[in-house]
Amino acid sequence: MIPGAFDYHRPTSVNEAALLLRQLGEDARPLAGGHSLIALMKLRLAMPEHLVDLSGVDGLKGVRREGDDLVIGAMTTQHDIIHDAMLAESLPILRETANQIADPQVRYRGTIGGNVANGDPGNDMPAVMQCLDARFRIASPDGEREISARDFYHGAFDTELHRGDIVTEIRIKAPPRGHGYAYEKMKRKTGDYATAAAAVILTLEGGRCARASVALTNVADTPLWAEEASKILAGSDLGKETLDRAAAAAEAITNPASDLHGPAEFRAKMAGVMLRRAVMRAQARAKA
Amino acid sequence: MSNHHIALAVNGKPVEADVESRLLLVHFLREQLNLTGTHIGCDTGHCGACTVDMNDMSIKSCMCFAVQADGAQITTIEGIAHADGTLSAVQEGFRLMHGLQCGYCTPGMILRAARLLMENPDPTEEEIRQGVSGNLCRCTGYMNIVKAIQYAAAKLHETPLVEAAQ
Repeated sequence: MIPGAFDYHRPTSVNEAALLLRQLGEDARPLAGGHSLIALMKLRLAMPEHLVDLSGVDGLKGVRREGDDLVIGAMTTQHDIIHDAMLAESLPILRETANQIADPQVRYRGTIGGNVANGDPGNDMPAVMQCLDARFRIASPDGEREISARDFYHGAFDTELHRGDIVTEIRIKAPPRGHGYAYEKMKRKTGDYATAAAAVILTLEGGRCARASVALTNVADTPLWAEEASKILAGSDLGKETLDRAAAAAEAITNPASDLHGPAEFRAKMAGVMLRRAVMRAQARAKA
Repeated sequence: MSNHHIALAVNGKPVEADVESRLLLVHFLREQLNLTGTHIGCDTGHCGACTVDMNDMSIKSCMCFAVQADGAQITTIEGIAHADGTLSAVQEGFRLMHGLQCGYCTPGMILRAARLLMENPDPTEEEIRQGVSGNLCRCTGYMNIVKAIQYAAAKLHETPLVEAAQ
């Protein structure tokens, strides 16, 4: 399959890239790993007239610590995330999630910035970012701004990004040492999008759950931060009755489509099941 | 539509060409360089038949534009054997362990397996299966592919320096 014709641009700075995207207008798309965009272009479901390749832009790759924040460059690949020692120690949920995205070849190319910025409800990192209360740093010709992952998504492929905006980095305040974490993803086969998935971060104190955050993937047209479910878990003993209530609260905010992944009722129920499994695994991993 | 001059190394040989921006890497390799060992399977980024090695990564060459490979080091199945023409450990494993039937997925499988073993010289069966999870085979049921990669891993351990350099 051959995509429609386009002009290819390879800027070397964020400024240059943002200006290009602004000037070229609606028919221009930024190109990162390309595994969503090029696939759509080959099917001619996307026919951008310009591609602005971000691979040559300086300073968009890598992981660093800045005070309490872990900062991940937008062009850092899923493969890089899986093999980063700092993230493995401070934010192991990212490795667990990245390992469940697509397959090895795609993970070498696919970037965390593309995953969060594309606005595809099937992508796994957006819910994890909401769970972690991450902020996205966005550059544009007008300057820089920061937006919470919990405010970023408006609908399927509809986000806070406007023409000329580029997500440059992701900032995450690392959860406390000894926190429990899990990303539980139900999928039909390796590499597939989630039928439903749940991200959980929690901390234990004296055997009880001190703090908890839950978010859900692919059970609505945006990722869902499950605020009510998070509140139910926090301060609880994480017993069966608590899990029942948290799962019910999570299921209540879902609005999945009936599609190849299964009927809507099933997918909503699976969001609750994934939440239970994720909480139990996070609890087992947490140090009290 | 834009045209671009690209310079890259394919199987160790320098290559220069003028390419249209929308030309996919797999079409460049097959149709302009006549390296038809790299196969097109699903053409949607799922099956891995078009896998090549680019800058020490296994990539699906049907999901990459040739212009993105400007400056890259690429290895295809045509470049995986030893310089004297003898089979590499992974190729030998696929041959001796019957890691193929129709052979369509094999170039991609071999390129992926070679990179996997460079990153993880002593993989468990689970790691091998995860490692080739982006490569579909509809003939073998994967049993003999796993054995082929296990064979190659064992063989590479005997002669780590020579083989690892390939």
